[in-house]
Amino acid sequence: MSEYDPALDEDDDVNEDAQKFMFVNRKAPYGSIHMHELQEMMLICGAYEQDVTAVFMDDGVYAIKKGQQGAALNMKHFSPTYRALDGYDIEKLYVEKESMEARGLTPDDFLVDIEIKTAAEIGALMEEQDVILTA
Amino acid sequence: MLHMVNKSPFQANALESCLKVAKKGSAILFLENGVIGVLSSTSFADKAKELAADYKVYAVGPDLQARGFDETAVVDGVTLVDYAGFVDIVAQNGPVQSWF
Repeated sequence: MSEYDPALDEDDDVNEDAQKFMFVNRKAPYGSIHMHELQEMMLICGAYEQDVTAVFMDDGVYAIKKGQQGAALNMKHFSPTYRALDGYDIEKLYVEKESMEARGLTPDDFLVDIEIKTAAEIGALMEEQDVILTA
Repeated sequence: MLHMVNKSPFQANALESCLKVAKKGSAILFLENGVIGVLSSTSFADKAKELAADYKVYAVGPDLQARGFDETAVVDGVTLVDYAGFVDIVAQNGPVQSWF
């Protein structure tokens, strides 16, 4: 791969000009392109060493469910790419508690390490952001 | 910060999710079909009155007019804005989260 890959960059200096970006993932995968597009935007933000927070709430919690098989619909199997977020120093992955519970999911159902937060906690984090992107 | 809602509460969970997350005292702007959420005539009106007390609530006037409603059709505590006012609210309220 000839493209610059910041995940391979040994320079771990913090980007002091980083802006705080929050991505609010609210749609189920495959029924629309929303979650896939937001995932690409997260990776781009990570590549530019921005301070990224990802929230999964409402049907967005299904985007990170284990065992997805996009190939069953002849669609790109994009869920494993969430595991690459860590390589871009995107480690603040939060699932909204009520959305998870309403769908009968538990923390073990997710394919990345996530932290459960209440809606109020997510609301407080939202207030701290420079930019919020959502779908 | 500013939350924007552009779906009717009868159609989508946009407003419900917004209210779960939004801190009291923040601004909520209703636009497009979202304006149905602040009408005083619907089964949602009591909820709209509550949120008008807890948040700074705005609705886009032209979106109400287009749907056959005016300032008398919304619950108390909702400020109607035109497009210039809409821009001012966005500029004045920090980060924006759109619920749709």
